[in-house]
Amino acid sequence: MIMQMNPHSTETRSPRAKIAVRDLWMTFKSPDKTKPDVHVLEDINLEILDGEFVCIVGPSGCGKSTLLNIAGGFFQATSGAVRIEDKVVTAPDSRHIFIFQENGVFPWLNVEDNVGFGVKRSTMAERKKVVEHYVEMVGLTGFGKTYPRELSGGMRQRVEIARALAAEPDVLFMDEPFGALDYLTRLRLRAEVTQIWQRERKTVMFVTHDVDEAVQLADRVVVMGKRPSRIRDIVAVEVPRPRDLDDPECRRLRDHIFGVMGLDHSGRATEIRGVGAAEEEDETEGKVVNLADRR
Amino acid sequence: MRARLESLLLPLAVAFGFVACWHFAVKWTGSDIFPTPRQVLTGTWELVEKGVLFKYIVASLFRVATGYLLAVFVGIPLGLLMGWFTRFRMALNPAIQVLRPISPIAWIPVAILWFGVSDVAPIFLIFLASLFPITVAAMAAVQNIQLVYIRAARNFGIGGLELFKKVVLPAALPQILTGLRLALGVAWLVVVAAEMIAVNSGLGYLIIDARNAGKRYDLVVAGMAMIGLIGLGLDFLVRRMETLDEVRWGLSR
Repeated sequence: MIMQMNPHSTETRSPRAKIAVRDLWMTFKSPDKTKPDVHVLEDINLEILDGEFVCIVGPSGCGKSTLLNIAGGFFQATSGAVRIEDKVVTAPDSRHIFIFQENGVFPWLNVEDNVGFGVKRSTMAERKKVVEHYVEMVGLTGFGKTYPRELSGGMRQRVEIARALAAEPDVLFMDEPFGALDYLTRLRLRAEVTQIWQRERKTVMFVTHDVDEAVQLADRVVVMGKRPSRIRDIVAVEVPRPRDLDDPECRRLRDHIFGVMGLDHSGRATEIRGVGAAEEEDETEGKVVNLADRR
Repeated sequence: MRARLESLLLPLAVAFGFVACWHFAVKWTGSDIFPTPRQVLTGTWELVEKGVLFKYIVASLFRVATGYLLAVFVGIPLGLLMGWFTRFRMALNPAIQVLRPISPIAWIPVAILWFGVSDVAPIFLIFLASLFPITVAAMAAVQNIQLVYIRAARNFGIGGLELFKKVVLPAALPQILTGLRLALGVAWLVVVAAEMIAVNSGLGYLIIDARNAGKRYDLVVAGMAMIGLIGLGLDFLVRRMETLDEVRWGLSR
């Protein structure tokens, strides 16, 4: 059930790997020479299969968002590389769509035009069909002519998901997409994302600070350590979907992940913390992570 | 409905009170030169009958429209480029910041020297007066665009000119529109000053001519009232544009 990632890159690569992260290191050079550079990622090696849903969790500032940004082509790694279908990622690509926590839906376009933004079909009729299909998939039928400012945060995040899917990508990068939403909306969107993924089978790399979210969504959960971070553990979640978080296996995996993450917190090395308390703490830290990661 | 009625009736009540105060102030002081509201109305009618009021309004509006539109066509692209390309901004921004605080009025002698007493001088002055607020607004608008929109667009494979058209311009539009509104107000102020000196027609000319040729203060005030009313109308038009869905998202009102 629990696999330890091999840190050496020369190992054989699975032929079906869609995304391969190899010997990745990332250091943010400080613009101010008196301050030290920030080492964020150390020796990250990870393979993601075609159609796999992988969540990345870790403590604040661990660089999980940075890893996603490198895979998305927005940041350049200091050394090592991310390959998607054996091609080194150097720039953003419309086959690999990034979904942002701060919501990248264009406020000057209505829902329909947002969803249609990245559609690659040539005829108007086809475009319209694709847009309608994905607007319906995220449950926004009837809101086509509505502008984002008239929608709730959850609905705007749905628009962004629909816009990403309408571009018919084969990889989705989701950077704490539900981080800014209230708890109930987050629960609902998790369920919806699970359903959509089961239908579409895109390869998904999903960064979150919420361990419950990771266990509920992912085929495998990548647990990262404190900065400069390495991959501490990769946990396979082999529980059929839709998943009930009270399922004993889910609880066991969640506690295990907390344990792995807890190793970084002084004095709590072996103690598995209460889930509620841990989640609250993670949430406040999560916001700091994002600011730090985007600099 | 009630709120709408109030928003109409309250300003009308203030206007009525103002006109009444004006009327009695002139009566009580026994002024021979300063006109009563009624005299201004008859003065306005006189201008209509002589056929000059409409002609002067058109002349002023034509100058404002020409100078202002020129400024829009130069200022928006210039500001967008300055906002987008750091080098371009570094090179041009100091020059703009030096020219900007010079009142357009200060340019009047230079404008007359260059263009003589013709339509070109006031148009040039209006162009100058509108150019800086528009350029600075467009530049700031681009600099304030949220990075996430640019990143999302790039992710969908949008770049170059298409990025400008599909993302940079629409994202900057609300703030540009605020600059356009500001510039139109300034342009309308400047046309009056320019017409007092540089030409022989227009509302500014009407005012200075009425004063110089016989101290006709009823016509002076009539000209002032026209300027105020047209200014109100111009502002109303721009405010209507601010309610469009394309820009409403970025305006706090």
